Amino acid sequence: MPLLEVRDLCKDFGGLRAVSNFQLKMEQGEIVGLIGPNGAGKTTVFNLITGLIPPTSGSIIFQGENLVGLPPYRIAAKGIARTFQNIRLFKDMSVLDNVRAILHVHNGYGFWDAALHSPRFAKKEEEILARARELLEVVNLETRSRDPARSLPYGDQRRLEIARALALRPKLLLLDEPAAGMNPREVASLTELIRFIKDKFQLTVLLIEHQMGLVMNLCERIVVMDFGEIIAEGTPHEVSNNPVVLEAYLGKGAVVNRC
Amino acid sequence: MERLLEQIINGLQLGFVYALIALGYTMVYGIIKLINFAHGDVFMIGAFIGYFAYTFWGFSLWGAVLIAMILCAVLGVLIERIAYRPLRYAPRIAALISALGVSLFLEYFCSLKFVFGPNFRVVQPPVKQIHWNLGGIPITNIQIIIVAVVILLLLVLQYLVYRTKIGTAMRAVSFDHDAARLMGINVDFIIAFTFALGSALAAAGGVLYTLAYPQIHPFMGIMPGLKAFTAAVLGGIGIIPGAVLGSLIMGQVETLTAAYLTSQMRDAIAFLILIIVLLVRPSGILGRGGPEKV
Amino acid sequence: MERYFCTLLRRRERVRLALLGGLLASLYGALKLLSLAGLINEYWQRVLDQALITTIGALGLSIIYGFAGQFSLGHAAFYGIGAYTAGIIGKVWSQGSITFFLLALLAGTLAASFIAFLLGIPILRLRSDYLGIATLGFGVIVRVALENSNRFYPPLGGATGMTGIPQVANFDWIFWFTVGTLILVCNLIASSYGRAWLSIREDEMAADTLGINTTRYKITAFVLGCGLAGLAGGLYAYRYPYLHPSSFDFLKSFDFLLIVVLGGLGSISGTVVTAICWVFLLEGLRIILGQAFVDWRGVIYAVILIVTVLLRPQGLFSGKEWRLLFPSRDQDGTWGKEGKHASLRG
Repeated sequence: MPLLEVRDLCKDFGGLRAVSNFQLKMEQGEIVGLIGPNGAGKTTVFNLITGLIPPTSGSIIFQGENLVGLPPYRIAAKGIARTFQNIRLFKDMSVLDNVRAILHVHNGYGFWDAALHSPRFAKKEEEILARARELLEVVNLETRSRDPARSLPYGDQRRLEIARALALRPKLLLLDEPAAGMNPREVASLTELIRFIKDKFQLTVLLIEHQMGLVMNLCERIVVMDFGEIIAEGTPHEVSNNPVVLEAYLGKGAVVNRC
Repeated sequence: MERLLEQIINGLQLGFVYALIALGYTMVYGIIKLINFAHGDVFMIGAFIGYFAYTFWGFSLWGAVLIAMILCAVLGVLIERIAYRPLRYAPRIAALISALGVSLFLEYFCSLKFVFGPNFRVVQPPVKQIHWNLGGIPITNIQIIIVAVVILLLLVLQYLVYRTKIGTAMRAVSFDHDAARLMGINVDFIIAFTFALGSALAAAGGVLYTLAYPQIHPFMGIMPGLKAFTAAVLGGIGIIPGAVLGSLIMGQVETLTAAYLTSQMRDAIAFLILIIVLLVRPSGILGRGGPEKV
Repeated sequence: MERYFCTLLRRRERVRLALLGGLLASLYGALKLLSLAGLINEYWQRVLDQALITTIGALGLSIIYGFAGQFSLGHAAFYGIGAYTAGIIGKVWSQGSITFFLLALLAGTLAASFIAFLLGIPILRLRSDYLGIATLGFGVIVRVALENSNRFYPPLGGATGMTGIPQVANFDWIFWFTVGTLILVCNLIASSYGRAWLSIREDEMAADTLGINTTRYKITAFVLGCGLAGLAGGLYAYRYPYLHPSSFDFLKSFDFLLIVVLGGLGSISGTVVTAICWVFLLEGLRIILGQAFVDWRGVIYAVILIVTVLLRPQGLFSGKEWRLLFPSRDQDGTWGKEGKHASLRG
């Protein structure tokens, strides 16, 4: 059984078809890249999978269960976490609390435990703290845990978003342009990080990215979208030699220039 | 039937007065996203100036309207300069608290004995009320004056906002301060101008109000201000026709409740309707709150 | 290492609790002594009690607006619901016993919470200013209902106000209820609840997408905050002999709002300090100005408000807290050493 299976997904905004007949099957442990020109509907696919907007038609099957119609927080709790294209951290909270806030989803305690700081509360909080440290160490932010998230440099904010997503213990991680605005050095370190967390936490990763270096390097399979439709699919090699893709990106008659 | 018509016309009169106040709220909100709580008090000061002008200073009604509009425009600009502009880049709530402070200041300052004094004053309007019956519709000359003046001001405003350069600049600033500034628009001036315009309209509303409801006091601005703001929200805040539509609805609701149900409950019913409308249309009747962009 | 760390934390926590307890007990003792020595007269005692009651209500709004970010302009309505509910119980049964007083307080708190729950489910979907104006509208509705309450049940008094509630609440009760509220609120803020509330304030959509049941947490914050307003109202009813609808209208809501904002959004310490200072300032002005200038009180109040917000737009405490109020485990941040992935530092 595939981990995620998206069938015939469509989304209309007014008269505009933003996503049309989108199909995707992801097996456990895969890294799939979702690429395409700006406005192709990639982020809309993420929003549909995470339940932020309801699809016009189609189904999203995650571990054998249809997610369509569930509220976002329920979908998240089932094991789908995401990051955002335009970083959406909890800016005035500390780095540590950004991660801890999400850890509670699986490590909760009741209202009265919280109100009275019961022994159960203390035990859970210790677990949460230890886990949060572990995640911050993974993204190398452990020394900044007390700083407000807004004070981090841009690249660190992107990594904190990844740590926060990992706090959800996801099976599927959706990364929306994780390398946007990073310099080549940072991209290289991010590539390593994604590979590392994929192995460490046994993740399946779907990522949107414009930095072809990162996509070609990481992804086993790439899906290309344009005008809401899938126009090509295959290994990085296949995709980068596909004339339809080149046309979508560069216009007719463009020359291939691989990464 | 006669009675219903009379009430609807009374509601229209009230609604049009609310509309003048609501426009100031909605324009200021549209341009700096501030609920200007002091606006109701500008309306009150407008009413007082009008009253002084036609009672003691020998102005005609039109002179009184004009002088109230001018003085309140100056007051509006002053308020913006002193209490809101320094907070333009602070959290939005800070300006709101400042607005509350200005509102309280105006109310208490005007209550001082050497200003307007804390008591009710009964106004002798410069126009004698005459009842007419136009083809079965009972109407007074004051109602005609109010409706005509408000419609005239609305037309002027419509022209100003949609047909002139400064109106275009106002709309640009309400979309995006920074982009407007980059296009060479003097944002500070446009904001001050918006306050002047809104305050002048509220002042006109205040003077007209004294004709229809001839009793004034320093706290008279609170409830009409609140109702007018509610009307602006009802219609969709930031949208000029929305403010007028909301005010007309508010006027009808209030007069009809007072006439047919109970006058004590009219405030409650008005706000109940607001809450229900917001639940169905969270950004007001004419508002277009698109989904948040991810 | 980890184990040692935990014991260390527990020890620090014990020290903190001891210090906090000692401080509160000595504060209570000092105030009692001053009162017994006659240095706090009846008038100032009433002001002090009012300040503490206001603190309880303001802590409620602090949760709703300061932490969960839900703009409420109708907080005083719940204060009023609590006061009238607790008050009418005391008045009708005319019982002065402590048990009865506590039951009435509970009833006031629950009534405010319950109505907040019913109201919160539909209106907490609204955002920022729209929510503010809807709660403001609810406040007006409650005031009108209270003004006409004698039509449904004469003892409520309607627009003439309500009297005849046994005056059972004294400084001791009010002080310890304030302390209890403060501890409850601090505990919640330093827990998953506090973090979930803050995450909603910061970015509701991100919180929702990352598994936080935002609706549930918003309603929890609203119900709890309004419940505290109800508790404050109950104490008010049993402390001051006269309840009137105008004590619970939107001007009172604005009082709570400006306390929370001037204290600094998201700061419990700021809320407490500002609430107490604000009440004392209002009464202090009465004394300082004297009979001749008492009309100026409102003007000066307004000027102080404007000047304060112009000077400190972020609030007095701007999100900072007294360390003593919160568990020490929240204050350790650096636990040293490079992470496993240190080589990847960009």
